[in-house]
Order: sequence, then structure tokens, then C-alpha cells
Amino acid sequence: MNYNIILAGVGGQGSLSVSVVIARAAMASGFLVKQSEVHGMAQRGGEVLAHLRISDGEIQSPTVPEGDADLILAFEPLEALRYLAWLSADRGTVVAATAPIRNIPNYPDLDTVLGEIEKLPRRRLVDADAIAKAAGSARSANVVLVGAAADLLPIPPEAIEREIAALFARKGEDVVRANLKAFSDGRAHAAR
Amino acid sequence: MPEFVFSGDEAIARGAMDAGLSGAFAYPGTPSTEIMEYLQDNLGEYKAALAEGDRPQVVAQWCSNEKTAYESALGVSFVGRRAMVSMKHVGLNVAADPFTNSALVGIKGGLVVVVADDPGMHSSQDEQDSRVLADFARVPCFEPSDQQEAYDMTRAAFDYSEEHGVPVMLRVTTRLAHARASVATNAQRSPNALEKCGDPSAWILMPAMARKRWAALLGKSTRFRADAEDASSLELRDAGLGVITCGLGLRYYLENEGDWAAAHSGARPSHLHIGRYPMGNEKIRLLAAHVERILVIEEGYPYIERAMAGVFPAPLPVLGRLSGALPEAGELSADSVRAALGLSPKASAAKAGIPIPQRPPQFCQGCPHADSITALKEALSDEAEFYVASDIGCYTLSALPPYSAVESCVDMGASVGMARGASCVGQKRAVGVIGDSTFYHSGMTNLLDAVAHKTRLTVLILDNSTTGMTGAQPTIAPGSRMAELVAGLGVEREHIRALEAHRKNHEANVAAIREELGYDGVSVIILRRECLEHLKKMRQA
Repeated sequence: MNYNIILAGVGGQGSLSVSVVIARAAMASGFLVKQSEVHGMAQRGGEVLAHLRISDGEIQSPTVPEGDADLILAFEPLEALRYLAWLSADRGTVVAATAPIRNIPNYPDLDTVLGEIEKLPRRRLVDADAIAKAAGSARSANVVLVGAAADLLPIPPEAIEREIAALFARKGEDVVRANLKAFSDGRAHAAR
Repeated sequence: MPEFVFSGDEAIARGAMDAGLSGAFAYPGTPSTEIMEYLQDNLGEYKAALAEGDRPQVVAQWCSNEKTAYESALGVSFVGRRAMVSMKHVGLNVAADPFTNSALVGIKGGLVVVVADDPGMHSSQDEQDSRVLADFARVPCFEPSDQQEAYDMTRAAFDYSEEHGVPVMLRVTTRLAHARASVATNAQRSPNALEKCGDPSAWILMPAMARKRWAALLGKSTRFRADAEDASSLELRDAGLGVITCGLGLRYYLENEGDWAAAHSGARPSHLHIGRYPMGNEKIRLLAAHVERILVIEEGYPYIERAMAGVFPAPLPVLGRLSGALPEAGELSADSVRAALGLSPKASAAKAGIPIPQRPPQFCQGCPHADSITALKEALSDEAEFYVASDIGCYTLSALPPYSAVESCVDMGASVGMARGASCVGQKRAVGVIGDSTFYHSGMTNLLDAVAHKTRLTVLILDNSTTGMTGAQPTIAPGSRMAELVAGLGVEREHIRALEAHRKNHEANVAAIREELGYDGVSVIILRRECLEHLKKMRQA
């Protein structure tokens, strides 16, 4: 079993934290993982990209080869389109948040962007911001998105819940509860 | 053997602790920063496991720059304890003097020099390959191919350093430094006892002694090569293709090996993996005698590929980054290696039907640098001629629209020196823009030059109390001392202006910058406000 994920977002969205949550949950479920990200200058409001590879055997390349991603988890819709070369033609799914981050002057028309994602054979567009707000935790949109992709991952959702709880434990019980709700609301949204 | 998930940087830091480290020194630089961060975060736990007497003598410290960090590490080695100095590739240029000369001294406590190269320039101004500098200094270099090897090789590097009395370079690259995988660790070893090097002449590089030390170093190279040869692994298989890998090249090759075998009736290429330098030649000869062509897969410069010239009789085609089989610039990937192996790409989803605009990094909302740069731009708006030299830091983003405010960015501290040089030969309104951390690193000496030669120069020190771009590490001195420091370098007090970098002060700041631009001498404008990332980090802590 090999499962490759591209996590794409914009600096400040928490994509790297989510990558760690999934990686730890995979390890706790008995898988090997390799996770790759780039820090530094790229973090300042620019594109953020993390590669996460999950396998029951030895993993070689730290990055996902092109055409080999099972999942693109995009925290921003334009960022989903940026990495389509990585998406497997036969089995890849895009799970993308619909809310744009327009911090560049030439951001394309949003309907066109979403339309491009709709053209893919396997995709889920999720208004993660709205679901997170409705759950009372606007900052948990990233966790909502993981919930919306949870049934695609080779990891039991309970393992992900445990890692979400561990990640936010420092910030108190309320934050933990809000994020667990965000995760389950994301799952419920995908199941509809 | 407990298992942890470590980035390459963390694996090295953990490896150094478990190998009995006493002193670690560094200046922040992507992708090496997390080595020191891990050491500092875990120092308490490390000390707690040591004998009580050893605890006060273990340190992990940020330093002014890579050269000072290196020299502190050398002192640790002199008194017999284990030292590690870590830096990014261009940091080794700054530390090149102690690095090159330390190859000649009698290293006592193990000295490991960790250099993190940044092929692809994710966060750097060049993609130089540190293996070349290890070769230049005649220092052995170890190159891990994954996180486990990064952990294991760190200890091996300390041992090799002590066994042979030389510094050992540990070379990693971005995708190893910043990728995570599980790592099995060993028991912690105690630090060395404090014991000065018994032979002081081994450390005094005056010409007569240095000649002996140089001869001794050259004498060790045969052994270095033989050990590197032993550590390399050769498998003679397919008689057509031979592959040579090092570092992450191994992982990109193995990613594709199965597909290559499937396309060649199950045969796998003959394969030599090199993990240490200076490399031996014998296994390369054996490989060359067995195959019809060789593909060299190495991250960085075509270093092995070049070194193979003359090792075996031509004509045997050697393919690699020099030959063009792999791109000479940028990072390797499983994809570029796949193409070099002659395999067709995996089927990707259809490309987006619209062009995808780049999303370049930008100033954080409310960043003090943005306010400083806006004020500088306005102050210069009525000047016919000017030159604004920038330095290395977040503020270099002001080179991009909408600011387009600075005209050069070369190396740490260059803003002050370049503006000064330009001013000396007639450039009007020469301005250097530099952050506080970069100023401490390499800007101060340039300012001293300007004072000595009474150069007409305006320096803006953007003091955000942190090393921001690498994730807000503490600077070596507090901002409260900056004005005194600048005065101490000889800048006249009435031309040292301390301002708060904030849009509410915009008009006053513009006026102050204009006044100093009009001064025929050295002026320094300190624009101070704390970095927002730094504030956030402080609040979390």
C-alpha cells in the first residue's frame, strides 16, 4: 500500500500542521511515512507545499513523483490547480477549499478556477470556511478539509482525531473540542 | 532502539547529543536552522541525563555569524570536547577561513561541520555544492541519503574526526534537512573530559609548523580515500547500465529502479553508492569495466561526474548533470531521474486550462519593514539620482512590486559595503538597507570602513529585534544597544537617528530620512519595531 498526498496552501493557513497530523496518525496506525516541506522565505504569504507519503513498505523519494499523488489536499482553490501535474490520472482526487486568498493582483476569476477543479473526474469542493464558522471555530477550516478527505485516507479517522487532540492540547480543551467538531463536520459534509 | 519522527536537521541534532556533544554553535540559515532549534529545545533533557559535573559545560548557542560560530567550535575541540557547528551552504563561505585552516590543526575533541546546501535555491542566493569546499580544504565529507543515515553518520563523523584528528563535514541538502521520516536512536554517550591538546605545535599555524601540518594532512588522504571506498557499496548486475548515486540521488534512483527493471526483463542496473569523500577510484573502475555506460545521479554540482575523468579508460559514456542527461541547475527529483533512466513519465491529470499566476512571498500584514521601505521610497521620490543596496533578510522582498525599492542583494552585509563603494566613486545618495541581525553578522565592519574614510553614506538599520526570515531566532544583541554600538563604531551621534517604524510616524520618518540623505558624511537611521512573527512566538512561549 502506497498513498501519496500533496498538501497545498498559502502561508499562514496551517497546511504544514495538518500534514504533521496526518503523518502522525499514519504512523500510529502502523504505516511508514516520509514528509517533505520547504521553510524559510516561502512561508511569507507565498505558496506552501508539503509532500506526504504513506506506505506499508520502505519509502524512497521524500517528494511525491509527478503523476503519483492519490490526493491533493488544497486549502485554497488556485493552489489545487498549481499542482495538477502531481495528481495521478488514474486514481487521484482533489479535495479543495473554495474560499480564495486574493493576495496577488492577477488572481484569476474564481468561477473559472472552481470550474477547472470541477472538470476533474474525482474532486470535492468544500466551503471549509463556512463549515468552520458554523462550527464556531473560523480558524479550523484546515481541519474541516482533512475531515472532508478522511474517508479517502488509508488511516482510521479515530487515529486522526487523536492527533488533532494532541496538536491542540496546549491551547486548552475548548480549542480541542472545536477542532474535533470541525473534523467531524468535514466528514459529515463529504458523506452527504 | 526507540523510534522518532525526525527531520534531517533534527536527526543530526539528536545524533550529536547521543554522540556526547559538548558545544554547538550556529548562525540561522535555511535549511540548517532547525538543527540549533532542536538542540536548544532539548538541551535541558540532554543535560539532565548527563553526570552532574558535565551539565554546566554543555552549550547550544546562536552566534554573530558562521565564522565566530566555527571558531568557538574549534576552541571546544582544542580542550578535548566534542563540537558541532552548523550553517547553510553560503554560511561556509563566511566561515571559510577557520574551516580551511582547521583542516591543518590537531583536532582533539570531535569537530563536525554540518553544512546544509540548498539546490534549487528555495531560500538562498546560490546553489553552491559544499562537497567542493570539503575537497578544497582536504576535509573528509560524509553525505547521508536519508534521516536514519543523517542520525547515524553524525556519530560516525564525530568518531572519525577524533580518530584522525580532522574536522569532518556532514553535507545535507534541503529535501533531506526538511523532510521527516522515522529514525531509530542509540543510547546517549557521555561527553569527553576536559583535556587540552597535548601538542600545542599542532595548533600553531605559523609557516614552519603549518608546513608540517599540511604534509601530515596530505599524508592522511590515502587513508581517507580507502575508508570512503570501504564505506561505498557496489552491486554488479546489468552489464549495460551502471548507476552511481550519492545523497538523495540514491532515493530518487530507488524510486524508479523497479520500473526500470520491469522495462528490462527484470534486470536491475549495476549500482555504486558513495556516502563519503574523498572517494576512492577502485569501485568506479570495477563498475566501468562491467557496464557500457554510467549514469551519475548526484544532488548539487556534477562533482563525482567530474572527478571520474581519467579514472578509467575512455571511451565509456558518462551521463549526468555535466553531460546534460540531468539538468545542471536546480534540484534533482524522482521525475528528472526517471527521465534520465529513459523511463516515460507517469500519467498526470490534465493540466489546468488557465495560466496559474505565481504567488510570491510577501511582507506579513503590518510588517514594520513595509513601513520603513515606504518611508524610504517617499524620501527618495524627489531625488534625481540614488542607489539603494539591500541585504539578506525579509526586507529583500522590497525588491518586488509594489515596492521595487532596492537595487541589489548579494551577500550578508553587502548593502553597507556596496553603497559605500558606489558612493566613493561618485554615486549620489547611496543608501544601504540592512536588518539588525545581518548588521551584527557582517554589516558592522563595513560601517567601520565608511567611518574611517568619511564616505558619504546613509544606512538604514531595520531593527525588528529578531532574525525574522528564518523563523524569528534571537539576535546576538538587544536593540536597546544598537545606537551605542553604532556610536562606538564612530558614527557622529547627531547623525544616528532612532525612529519607530510605523505608518503613524510616516511623515516624521520621511523627513528624518530626507535630512540624513542631505548629510555629507556617514549617517545611520535605526528604524525599530518588533517583528510580528517574533511577537507571536514570544506570546506562544
